[in-house]
Amino acid sequence: MSAFVQSATRRPVLMSARIWLALLIFAGFAALPLIAALTDDPFLMLIGTRILAYAIAAMALDLILGYGAMVSFGHAAYLGFGAYAVAILNSYGVTDLLVHILFAVLLSAVFAAITGAISLRTRGVYFIMITLAFGQMAYFFFVSLSAYGGDDGTPLQSRSTLFGRDALESDLVMFYVALALLIALFAVATRIVGSRFGRVLIGTRENPVRMEAIGLSPFRYQLTAFVISGCMTSVAGVILANQAEFVSPAFMSWHRSGELIVMVVLGGIGNLTGAIGGAVVALLLEDWLAMLTEHWRLLFGVFLILMVLYSPHGITGALERLKGARK
Amino acid sequence: MSLLSVRNLCKNYGALEVTRNVSLDVAPGELHAIIGPNGAGKTTLIGQLSGQNAPDSGSVSLEGRDITRRSMAERVRLGLARSFQITSILPRFSVLENVAIAVQARSGSSYRFFAPVAQEAALNDAAMAALADAGLEDRAGLRASALSHGEHRRLELAIALATQPKVLLLDEPLAGTGGEEAEAFVQRLRALKGRYATVLIEHDMEAVFALADRISVLVYGEIIASGSPEVIRNDPKVRAAYLGDEEAA
Repeated sequence: MSAFVQSATRRPVLMSARIWLALLIFAGFAALPLIAALTDDPFLMLIGTRILAYAIAAMALDLILGYGAMVSFGHAAYLGFGAYAVAILNSYGVTDLLVHILFAVLLSAVFAAITGAISLRTRGVYFIMITLAFGQMAYFFFVSLSAYGGDDGTPLQSRSTLFGRDALESDLVMFYVALALLIALFAVATRIVGSRFGRVLIGTRENPVRMEAIGLSPFRYQLTAFVISGCMTSVAGVILANQAEFVSPAFMSWHRSGELIVMVVLGGIGNLTGAIGGAVVALLLEDWLAMLTEHWRLLFGVFLILMVLYSPHGITGALERLKGARK
Repeated sequence: MSLLSVRNLCKNYGALEVTRNVSLDVAPGELHAIIGPNGAGKTTLIGQLSGQNAPDSGSVSLEGRDITRRSMAERVRLGLARSFQITSILPRFSVLENVAIAVQARSGSSYRFFAPVAQEAALNDAAMAALADAGLEDRAGLRASALSHGEHRRLELAIALATQPKVLLLDEPLAGTGGEEAEAFVQRLRALKGRYATVLIEHDMEAVFALADRISVLVYGEIIASGSPEVIRNDPKVRAAYLGDEEAA
């Protein structure tokens, strides 16, 4: 019994270390407007909102990539559904943010359920390729959607409204709404990972045959997780559309899907806090390197290779190792 | 009335007949051992009973219900659990979690997204009971990958028990163990005897003759003899095919 008690305390300590790190990141975000005010840099709020949106998307992707071993290479499609949900409903005079999110989530749920059910018939590289193909199908659908600008995209008349007010027109309010959404979704994702469902999902990652041998068919649980992840990602798309006040198929290109995977890997696979950190680091590094040189992608690539070689568990893995070494 | 009933099971891999017209029955509480030389088709047979491979013809029924076309997961839910010859566990889960997830699979829905599963006392208690049956209660908190080979074999058993089976399919539970460890394992299986109807595939003849109520001998995919340990021990066909001369001496 003693070993059991010991471990029961050991694991939550690690869990809470991750949650503390997440809270630290959230606190950093919450203080960002102060820095923006002090440095008189209004763009900081827009940059911050963009990072928050990608943090949500990376976290949502990690839910299936890290915890379910499903490497979706088409997740940018859900960013697009979120963004176009805003543009399409706005053009019909429906401007409420909650309605936009609801529509984005419904659209994504349907797309994820259908494409997921087909994709999950495959494994490994084939799964990656088939999700990429579905992502590209969604991309070209919106490219040919001339009513909303086709390839060029379309500007938004206005941002989403919040309970009938145009509060989001303020970059500051929009930033805090995005932060609130990230924190709420982080809480939801954390609970899912620690739930009965989460345990089954992680079990299918570890050993699908074993899961069948205890009477659980992996498919339904993987598909459910795939749908949840797609829906969460679409919330990020809603934020991005509002941040840019512009919607285009560029949100859903396969490059974007690749960037989401990079964020997850950079942060540490199978670690929700890591995905958030990965999004922050990837986007800040991108902005910083782009200021130094137009060949920033080359430098970014070198950084990524070094990370993968020397810290396979990403930034959070490196932090946890540092902490362990100090003890 | 037999709990598990197999009728005229046949399976070919190309020209190779791996299962030839196999029929067998397991009564409630009975331990039915299947022995046979390497390559006799024992693991393929248990694969067909558990739903991992489909037979070409014939039927498998559990409590009179035909389950021949049911998936492995469905069969487990109906009460037919198996252990694997080659250890198949969740290596990064704790020992307790490996068993608790099996308990979870049989009690309530796994579509629960918010309540922390690690704090579900009912799951953990049932898992500890199964671990105690397998003699692993003091290993509950370890990572499953940290266990020794012999402990992995016992974890396989604990997981199968945790699914609350009516029929237990044990595929070489002693594989790779020896000496005292194997003896202790046989004692555990003996203690469980009668609680479950069991199909046991095992190479360790001492264990088989100590445990079995009934033994079937599989040679080239075919059952050449079936009966009590006494009958099998004295069957001339079995001796010729399998047990060898030193047994006869």
